[in-house]
Amino acid sequence: MSSIEPSSSSTTDVAEIDLRDITVRFGGLTALDSVGLRVAPRRVHGVIGPNGAGKTTLFNVACGFVQPSSGSIHLRGAARARLRPHELAGLGIARTLQGLGLFDHLTVLQNVVVGADRHARSGFLRALFGSPGSSRDERALRDRAMSTLSDLGVAEYAGRYPGSLPYPVRKRVALARALVSEPDLLLLDEPASGLSSDEIDELGQLIRSLSESMGVLLVEHHMDLVMKVCDEITVLDFGKVIAHGTPDEVRSDPAVLDAYLGESSEETS
Amino acid sequence: MSETTTTTPSTDGATRGQQLSALWQDYPLIRHLVTAAIGLAVVIVVLTAVDDFQATKLTEMAYIAIAAGGLTLLTGLNGQISLGHGALMAFGAYTTALLYDDREVGTPLVVVVLASVLVTVLVGILIGIAAARLHGPYLAGATLTLAIAVPEIGKYFDQLGGDQGLRLFVPEIPQWATDIAYYLTGSDPSRSKYVAFLAWVTLIVVFILLANLASSRIGRRWAAVRDDEVAAELAGIDLTRARVSAFVVSAAAAGAAGAMFALAQRTVGPLGFSLNLSLTLLAIVVLGGLGSLTGAILLSGVLVFLPQIVMDLGSGADLDATRASQMATLTFGLVMVLVILLAPRGLMGGVRALGLRLRAARAGRRTPPATGGSSSSGAAPSPTTDPASPSSTAETAEPDDGSTPITTKKGTS
Repeated sequence: MSSIEPSSSSTTDVAEIDLRDITVRFGGLTALDSVGLRVAPRRVHGVIGPNGAGKTTLFNVACGFVQPSSGSIHLRGAARARLRPHELAGLGIARTLQGLGLFDHLTVLQNVVVGADRHARSGFLRALFGSPGSSRDERALRDRAMSTLSDLGVAEYAGRYPGSLPYPVRKRVALARALVSEPDLLLLDEPASGLSSDEIDELGQLIRSLSESMGVLLVEHHMDLVMKVCDEITVLDFGKVIAHGTPDEVRSDPAVLDAYLGESSEETS
Repeated sequence: MSETTTTTPSTDGATRGQQLSALWQDYPLIRHLVTAAIGLAVVIVVLTAVDDFQATKLTEMAYIAIAAGGLTLLTGLNGQISLGHGALMAFGAYTTALLYDDREVGTPLVVVVLASVLVTVLVGILIGIAAARLHGPYLAGATLTLAIAVPEIGKYFDQLGGDQGLRLFVPEIPQWATDIAYYLTGSDPSRSKYVAFLAWVTLIVVFILLANLASSRIGRRWAAVRDDEVAAELAGIDLTRARVSAFVVSAAAAGAAGAMFALAQRTVGPLGFSLNLSLTLLAIVVLGGLGSLTGAILLSGVLVFLPQIVMDLGSGADLDATRASQMATLTFGLVMVLVILLAPRGLMGGVRALGLRLRAARAGRRTPPATGGSSSSGAAPSPTTDPASPSSTAETAEPDDGSTPITTKKGTS
């Protein structure tokens, strides 16, 4: 954590998350084949690959939705035998979902407050008796959520319900819900889908600014965005890592070109 | 929300009003206690005015509402459907009956009621753990077996009175209660009014606690689990714990309701806890507006008093007793159909939608109509996490209405 120089830090820092030799089999299908991936603190790590390459599976392993058949997961140097999704927030890992997964019957503000739950102090009994402490706690959570909403420029929608809002606003609300927990590692699942090119530019700047305080793992189809914001990129194809390096290295890697050209020729045939 | 400072005239009165309003918004306990105090006053006045028969009916309304209130949190807030809450009431009722099986028993009422709640909570934990693994129709099915099995258990064991059930002895009215009643009303309280008072005080206590939970972090977590499991998990919510806790809380309310049932009926038998009771409770929760505690109380009142009113009307119109009681059933069916047609989100959902529409209309008169979509969007989310505070939904319809009176929520700034 001491060094800020990217080139040296990536090897000496303890990684936020370190997936080693991850293999995932669904029945006879090998979705991931000894895949390794490590995200260093305050770095943006992209995962790309053709459809069906195993990006989403890798993401699901990283947050405990899928148990790997073999391999190990290390969070900040400590091996975790089994990750459970609800423990992630407490471990400082936040994730956005492709489908956003907003709580439709809660207001935007309440949605984000749920994300801040990690910082809540009062337990069941204090809530049951409505103790002043629990009310103060609530107020603190609301303030925290409100300031995250303002940071993302959607504070004006705080009292609205997600269902009535335009898609880009809903995306920001979902992001606010992930960020309000102040994670050390943020997993972004296709954040650019459904956004206009202007909005994607803004998103790129946002991701860069987030990387000043947290590691970011990004799964994304939008190549321009990935090439622009990532410090490191891992390329998957048929469940295997076929390339890994800086955007420039990956761009000129023949194996990567093959994979993408191969995919496009399959699609046209 | 910086508009707070600009829109409200900055006179002393307004700022004090704002402070009070902020206090009201930020401390649910204050809100709920004030509501409860008003409720208690109303209960005393009403119980003084009514006759014994109506007091008995009011008791029935109270224990049904207590159970429905618990189920409201479970079904409305947490999205779990239980067809077995009538059976959970049986656990509370039988506990009370067993503890008051003799005239000489001097156990304080509070202890007996708490014991009934505790027994039901233990049962609720067991069922809740099993239920947390089940979803939708499967959970309904599992709790349905509870509704069918529990009365049979009561029939089977002689210790539980078999078919006849258990008789219990309601403790004497304490002297101080008689004194207070005499001081207030000028006459000694009857036994049925005493029980009605107990049931309504229990209702008020239970509903304060339920409303506290609903407007707290716990209620918000339940609602998050209901709306999106995956996102809730990622926010750090343990799904199983959330589901089990919601089930246990609703079971506790059912236990308290059962205790009041026992005191009111003075006999606890298997027939009292049929599947019909469980279905009735669920109907109240759905018709009252999923998630609305107020709706649960109101609908319980409709359920208990409507048949009687219709029967009175029927016999007034020279119908014989059978016809009149058929009319009562018919009317209740019609009310159900009407509520579902006119207010698909239940009674309180309909009231909120109406309120929002009125506000939107009023706002529309002052500013150009920018609220085209908001009347539908505002009406949609009926089960807020805070059923005791209508104003928390009010702000949804008017995100930028400068003319909002200071009573609307501004505390989020």
